[in-house]
Amino acid sequence: MPLKILVTAKRVEDSESKIKVDAAGTGIVKEGLKYKINPFDEIGVEEALRLVAKHGGEVVVVSVGTKDVHEQLRHALAMGANKAVWVHHDGPIDQLGIAGCLQKVVEKEKPDLCILGKQAIDDDQGQVGQYLAEWLGWAQATFASKEESLESEAEKAKTPAIQLAADGKSITVIREVDGGLLTVSSPLPAVATTELRLNQPRYASLPGIMKAKSKPIEELTPAGLGVDVGVKLTVTKLAPPPARKAGIKVPDVATLVDKLKNEAKAL
Amino acid sequence: MDFELPEDIKALQKTVRDFCEKRVKDKAREWDHSEKFPLEVVRELGQLGLLGMRVSEEYGGAGLGSLAVAAVVEELARYDGSLALTVASHNGLGTSHIRVFGNDAQKKQYLPKLATGEWLGAWGLTEPGSGSDSAGMKTTAVRKGSDWVLNGSKMFITQGTVGDVFVILALTSPQKRQKGITAFILDRQVKGFSQRAIHGKLGMRSSDTAELHLDNVVVPDSQRLGELDRGFLDTMKILDGGRVTIGALALGLGKGALEESVKYAKERSAFGQPIAEFQAIRWMLADMQTELDAARLLVYRSAALADAGKPYSREASMAKLFASEAANRACNKAVQIHGGYGYTREFPVERYLRDAKLCEIGEGTSEIQRSIIAREVLKG
Repeated sequence: MPLKILVTAKRVEDSESKIKVDAAGTGIVKEGLKYKINPFDEIGVEEALRLVAKHGGEVVVVSVGTKDVHEQLRHALAMGANKAVWVHHDGPIDQLGIAGCLQKVVEKEKPDLCILGKQAIDDDQGQVGQYLAEWLGWAQATFASKEESLESEAEKAKTPAIQLAADGKSITVIREVDGGLLTVSSPLPAVATTELRLNQPRYASLPGIMKAKSKPIEELTPAGLGVDVGVKLTVTKLAPPPARKAGIKVPDVATLVDKLKNEAKAL
Repeated sequence: MDFELPEDIKALQKTVRDFCEKRVKDKAREWDHSEKFPLEVVRELGQLGLLGMRVSEEYGGAGLGSLAVAAVVEELARYDGSLALTVASHNGLGTSHIRVFGNDAQKKQYLPKLATGEWLGAWGLTEPGSGSDSAGMKTTAVRKGSDWVLNGSKMFITQGTVGDVFVILALTSPQKRQKGITAFILDRQVKGFSQRAIHGKLGMRSSDTAELHLDNVVVPDSQRLGELDRGFLDTMKILDGGRVTIGALALGLGKGALEESVKYAKERSAFGQPIAEFQAIRWMLADMQTELDAARLLVYRSAALADAGKPYSREASMAKLFASEAANRACNKAVQIHGGYGYTREFPVERYLRDAKLCEIGEGTSEIQRSIIAREVLKG
């Protein structure tokens, strides 16, 4: 049974960029930073593509933000998503606002399944998937993972880890929990959020990039969707992790053992 | 004037970068050391579409232009010059000669598999006794009924042993010298055709290079590529495109060397401060960056002219000449900045330097480029 899957593509700072806290202490210096699709979202796109490759259907990718998010939408389209929805918003927005926009897009697009990153690597809030499921009144399967390793034959064959029931009415998701795996089943429609080990996303191929140029990006606005994106959650302070102290050199093994035992208490 | 690459080409570069970070970065040193042609990785590049960049969509390629190829080759060379050379020569020489001058039957037969990388392409112009001096060519093709009989040798042929499809230039009218050259398409298995790998290169060591021997190789006239006796003119057009790409390759090597140097100069301390604080080092970094930027403008301009269908022969030669010499200066400085470590295989800069040297030689030496540029300048 063909599936319609909605995925997200948040624009985040590239983890290879050097991040500095700004003078106000509430944000980061944006100058000279590189951006990419949130890796958790990219895993969501990959899983959706694998599901539609197996069951048929289409993948719609959504992003909320300035025109810059086109870069991330095009990336998902180049990977193979069928169309994109851009919720154009230039000002600040919080997780509630994003989830509100996504809810309206879901009501418009009527997907069977939404796959979102479990969190974004910029602010690590991890809220949007849960809000979305709650407001839609859908079941949520968070932290979707898989049993086998990323190098397994199934991984190489690009089979989806999220299982669709034969009648196409429910999904089975393996979740990571402390020290083990939990398998849950949920009726569709549902919201799933991705864990890092769910899959290894494909590269955007050259034909994919070429095709992405002619795929549609629909523009919507929060106002048009009737969503209040007034910010309720504000960052009051942002602090870098404490700088690591310089290491020391020890003259011999005996001193090392002594220090490990008595100073670091590691032995 | 717009100095930004188009979005799709940037996306393409990003794909190459992501791929190289995972599949190439940590392996390039070993491939170089053991002269291993990384066939598996080349096949993966094929799956990404990087071996059919200029082939039209009709034949399974991406139908991209010269600028896209330059951007990809530049990015690849940041990680591995040899792999960049493989991609550059496959796309730009062998495959392009069939793409531009092949008839429909030849294009249909060869391009789809070349575009996916199922077949690798090679191109044979240079001989043991002649390179850019095509008039000195000795390989001959003699008409015999509806067939041609080829005899001779080719030298320094990239993809010479791993190639599946070879474009070979041979004299069909020896008395007319370079105006009597014709191109032929050879399958590797054709009888009388043998390849011998060349080992011990200074750089580009994991690019496959070979000597080819043609001993009474018989091919039907349907394997003739382009018009009779027009091979030299066609070759010149292919080389113009190839030179843009070699310029881009040099650029990538220089960029890699600069990035390594910046990193090292910040980390390494001497006399109580990072060496990046010393003016001697700073000036080297400044010169490297400036010259590479100038080279980039020349390379991208020549690619843009080619894509606009304008004459670009002089610009391509200028781009190749300047970029390859700028890259050599940059790589040389990179080794100097790294000091003793730069002289060892522990750091990639010595490899960049060895690889960069090829750019001053392959597809026309710097001296040949200067001759071409001077000839164009003197035309007025």
